[in-house]
Amino acid sequence: MRNLKFGFAISTPRSINMDVADNRLLKQLEAEVPSFKRCMNCGACSATCSARQFTDYNIRRIHSLFRMQQYQDLEKELRPCMLCGKCTLVCPRGVNLRSMIMNMKKILTDPKRKDNE
Amino acid sequence: MKTIAIIGAGPAGIEAASILAAKEETEILLFEKSASTLDNLRDKAFLFPDFSAADDLVEILEAKLNRDNIKLLSGKEVKSVTEQDGGWQLQDAEGTSYTADAVLMTTGYKVFDAHRKEELGYGIYPGVITSIDMEKKIKEGKVLNAVGDTPKKIVFLQCVGSRDEKSGNHYCSKVCCVTAVKQAIELRKLLPEVETYIFYMDLRMWGGGFEEMYRESQEKYGVRYVRGRISEAASTYDGKIQIKSEDTLVGLPLKMSADLLVLMVGMEPSEGTKMLTRQCNCADSYGFATTMNPHLRDNETAQPGLFVAGSCKRPMSLNDTLTDARSAVVKIAEYLR
Repeated sequence: MRNLKFGFAISTPRSINMDVADNRLLKQLEAEVPSFKRCMNCGACSATCSARQFTDYNIRRIHSLFRMQQYQDLEKELRPCMLCGKCTLVCPRGVNLRSMIMNMKKILTDPKRKDNE
Repeated sequence: MKTIAIIGAGPAGIEAASILAAKEETEILLFEKSASTLDNLRDKAFLFPDFSAADDLVEILEAKLNRDNIKLLSGKEVKSVTEQDGGWQLQDAEGTSYTADAVLMTTGYKVFDAHRKEELGYGIYPGVITSIDMEKKIKEGKVLNAVGDTPKKIVFLQCVGSRDEKSGNHYCSKVCCVTAVKQAIELRKLLPEVETYIFYMDLRMWGGGFEEMYRESQEKYGVRYVRGRISEAASTYDGKIQIKSEDTLVGLPLKMSADLLVLMVGMEPSEGTKMLTRQCNCADSYGFATTMNPHLRDNETAQPGLFVAGSCKRPMSLNDTLTDARSAVVKIAEYLR
């Protein structure tokens, strides 16, 4: 039964519900990388990003999703990053993006992860 | 002896009066329709960008009126301004006439009436308040939610009545962006546990020190910013306010409930500004005063001897209003020479 295909797919609705969002991972990241808070979403990081030129990888959007406490699939979304650090060099607000990415990966893959997932 | 009539004893009117009165052989008639001066400023707690107390500025401005040649006419609403034999004739609501050699209009703004944005629930849900209400709460040092508890989450919404065709106001009110940053910082100082969110379309940090305030609000005070306009607000069963928006930077719809929703209301021309600009043929499509040109003759109207300054021209911050009043003084002195 499980393999039945009806020729259409129902996409799961995805919206941000801040009332059920869990801010513990965000607080943890902000404590590790205080410069995270300074982002003003200019997109210079994604503009210079080599991975962005060839994949769907978008570090500005990942930052925004993390800030809105939407962690689903983020670990997977972070994989194309090659940690070259160009994003950190161009950021006008001095966000330490390379450290942010490393810490995001660490927090999201932690076996003792603090949220419910 | 030269007589200058100034209409409106707000910051612009008082600043201009005090400088013009320093010249000898000058008399100032300072009209104010309400019983007290500086009504808008008296509601404010702290001023951006230096967080100085508004009451201190009120005191300084009031002291500037202590001159024998400034005649403060409070409770006198000017109903008509007409040119007569090269001079000016003014009439108040009681029908008393006054003559002057030059007139300066400093009739100012009024705040946008948030009831007009019904979908945001102002006047319907007690948890929805305006930036003016919030400023008064901060001034009292006591911020509570609709049921009298300490709020945990406070949401600010920018551009209420500004940049909005539905309100009939295409313009930006200029001061709301930085006011929300200021109030969010004040709230975090007052209630360190409170979460503050600011929903914006653009953050216009145009003045000196504003961008630094914005950055500090993020870094030091943890104020959170969401790009997107709130489309509607509703009450939840437990008296909170639920809002709907789009996080346009992520591209996903967003829902959130908060203890207080603060509507950052914009500026509109005051009733006095609308009436006098229409009467003197210098009204723009909103009722603000138009000037000869925005670069070099921004305090002069098309009628020689009739000058304008401050937020009766367009939305203006307090410090720009004071500067504009001083620039009007230069033009008035030139005209009367």
